Amino acid sequence: MSTINDLLSPEDVEAFGRDMDAIRQEVLDDLGQRDVDYIRDIIRKQRGLEITGRALLFAGILPPAWLAGTACLSLSKILDNMEIGHNIMHGQYDWTGDPALASENFDWDNTSPASQWKHSHNYLHHTHTNIVGKDRDVGYGILRMSEEQRWNPYYLGNPLYAFLLAALFQWGVAVHDLEVDRIGKPGDMGAKERKRRALEIADKAKGQVTKDYVLFPLLAGPFAPLVLGGNLAANLARNFWSFTIIFCGHFPDGVEQFSEAETQNETRGQWYVRQLLGSANIRGSKLFHILSGNLSHQIEHHLFPDLPAHRYAEIAPKVRAACERYGLPYNTGSLSRQFGTTVKRIFKLALPDREALPAAA
Amino acid sequence: MNLNTTPSRTLDNLLRSRLVAALTAPHGVDRYLDWLAPERVTDEMRSRVLARRMETADCVTLTLAVPRGWRGHSAGQHLTVSVELDGRRQTRCFSIASADNSRNGELEITVKAQPDGQVSRFLVDAARPGTTVVLSDASGAFRLPDIRPAGVLLISGGSGITPVMSMLRSLVNEGYEGEIRLLHYARSSEDLIFADELDELTQQHSNLTVYRAFTSDDAVDGELHGRFKPAHLQDFGPAHNDWPAFACGPQPLIEALQSYWSAQAAGSRLDFEYFQPPRAAAADGQSVLQFVRSQVTADDDGRSLLDQAEAAGLKPAYGCRMGICRSCTCRKTSGRVRNLLTGRISQDGAEDIQPCITAPASDVSVEL
Ligand SMILES: Cc1cc2nc3c(=O)[nH]c(=O)nc-3n(C[C@H](O)[C@H](O)[C@H](O)COP(=O)(O)OP(=O)(O)OC[C@H]3O[C@@H](n4cnc5c(N)ncnc54)[C@H](O)[C@@H]3O)c2cc1C
Ligand code: FES
Repeated sequence: MSTINDLLSPEDVEAFGRDMDAIRQEVLDDLGQRDVDYIRDIIRKQRGLEITGRALLFAGILPPAWLAGTACLSLSKILDNMEIGHNIMHGQYDWTGDPALASENFDWDNTSPASQWKHSHNYLHHTHTNIVGKDRDVGYGILRMSEEQRWNPYYLGNPLYAFLLAALFQWGVAVHDLEVDRIGKPGDMGAKERKRRALEIADKAKGQVTKDYVLFPLLAGPFAPLVLGGNLAANLARNFWSFTIIFCGHFPDGVEQFSEAETQNETRGQWYVRQLLGSANIRGSKLFHILSGNLSHQIEHHLFPDLPAHRYAEIAPKVRAACERYGLPYNTGSLSRQFGTTVKRIFKLALPDREALPAAA
Repeated sequence: MNLNTTPSRTLDNLLRSRLVAALTAPHGVDRYLDWLAPERVTDEMRSRVLARRMETADCVTLTLAVPRGWRGHSAGQHLTVSVELDGRRQTRCFSIASADNSRNGELEITVKAQPDGQVSRFLVDAARPGTTVVLSDASGAFRLPDIRPAGVLLISGGSGITPVMSMLRSLVNEGYEGEIRLLHYARSSEDLIFADELDELTQQHSNLTVYRAFTSDDAVDGELHGRFKPAHLQDFGPAHNDWPAFACGPQPLIEALQSYWSAQAAGSRLDFEYFQPPRAAAADGQSVLQFVRSQVTADDDGRSLLDQAEAAGLKPAYGCRMGICRSCTCRKTSGRVRNLLTGRISQDGAEDIQPCITAPASDVSVEL
């Protein structure tokens, strides 16, 4: 774990921060019709995929229709959660003043209630990115993703837990905010608040389950099992996909983690550098970026969480050039490289750490 | 398209059923209708421009379709019109100029273009039949009383004639038999809004008299001249002392009328409205903050609104306190604010702000 000050002088840290502010301001000044048209176009496509997918599943007795329906519905859920929901709930389109695009109003096709997700994600994760003990996305309270988390035999199941978390990702995200792992420990929210959140989650989950696993199947009459199966498969596909993208954001090789001590009284410049060092990008096609909610530009997203995400590809070269100027790393790689090293980390941290070898002289 | 036929109503009932709500959760049926049948959306009042007609070189009358859910208006009230300009929704107030009893499914607003005014310029220069706008319910205490008085005085200046015109149109439409006197101020005859209609109405209704006053340099025969003076009311006859007066126009006109009415012993009432101009930013440290929900007022001390709200004993939501998480987002209802990160000063109107990175730049009201 290298600290920010090992890499840059305090003056350079602040200068880097000012360069990032300038990139941000340039985009803010340019926001306009193009951005609204873009997100509305994606929403229209998502709605189209959703309706087509559900319609095809009603004809699911024909295997091609079932497959196509499941594929459309999976894509719809992925778009809804990633490029639309995640980004709108970050406030990326609040400046438009359109209530349908307001972070305040939006909720996604996912069991996690918008209000709780906005707290744990926008605030806890984005403010405290990769600070072990503060950023609850480091392991979601279930996995061991950092050497800083003390090993115990429970973590032998790390790969299994990771697989289950991936399969049930929407549920993992939903119960994330209950902070069950903190019960009775310092920082525990207390039983009353936990109950309030649990009721909110139950309410949201009830709506999701009723829709996907009761009403749409029932509407299909004799074909209910086919619709149920398609909906289940679509939710599963979305879960695996979003787990993969999100875990590639902060855990591939080369991504830094931080301690609470070193991030006390952080300046804006230091915050920017920590966001950069704590995030990793994934290379891919335009379609891949859209389906990942542009979280494939995790670095740009963490530097500028509230800029419309379709702008990240445009500013990435500027961010990268700034990193080169200051000699800062810019972690990017193919999906297989980023995910491969993440999986390796999950396996490696299942075992106790080997005693650090004394550095060769 | 007539939306009130039976199949259409059945469809509406279906769309608003609990089943459809459950099938479209969590987005809600309106977010699908946005693309499939925008005219059936009910969570905001969408309307279309049906026709436009230039009144003067810089003033247009727009006929708008009455939106779904419209609850009617009283003559004199206003609504807000929202339009999307370069991706941003902008909302401004306009008086409803049409009668309160017109039954043809239409509303009219009459808009004068302000120099560099964003919304008024768009409505005057660019709005065309088919343009979509979002309306609010009608509101405002400036309105004709439901129990009509024996006579009414209407006084207006410039585009301030719009609410007064709604009063006039409503009264003549309903066959009102009392006396109506309208005194209207305009710069010159070229700037006269509704000139032809006023001439026609005067010919058709013997109980209506219209007086015009031109404020530009040249006096015109047969018309009044100059800014308001009590002499402009002398032709109205003594009866006007007992009639309620309704006035709308620029601030100086309203102020002159107010001082005349309070000096004059007569018991009649003066109701008035003016179209507020944007307030100038007050000097630093002179501003007053209003936390609307908690009904707390504080003097600006220059810090962020979040800090100041907390200093005033409020407990607003927050997260990062550095402008990235938006946990603190709340609505500013009026006043101008400065973004502490960029130094930008905002516009005057209502908008969402992040109090942790926002400081007052004038008197400010926020929903905290
Ligand atoms: C109750 C009510 C009823 C109204 N009814 C009508 C009506 O029937 N018809 C009608 O035409 N108008 C009416 N108005 C006025 C109308 O709302 C305004 O003229 C309109 O909102 C102007 O909006 P805009 O977007 O065109 O101008 P804006 O862009 O908001 O600007 C308005 C004016 O202020 C100037 N300005 C803008 N920003 C600043 C700034 N920061 N500093 C200094 N100057 C600035 C502009 O140059 C422009 O001249 C009404 C207003 C109210 C309150
Ligand atoms: S507290 Fe995070 S944006 Fe204001």
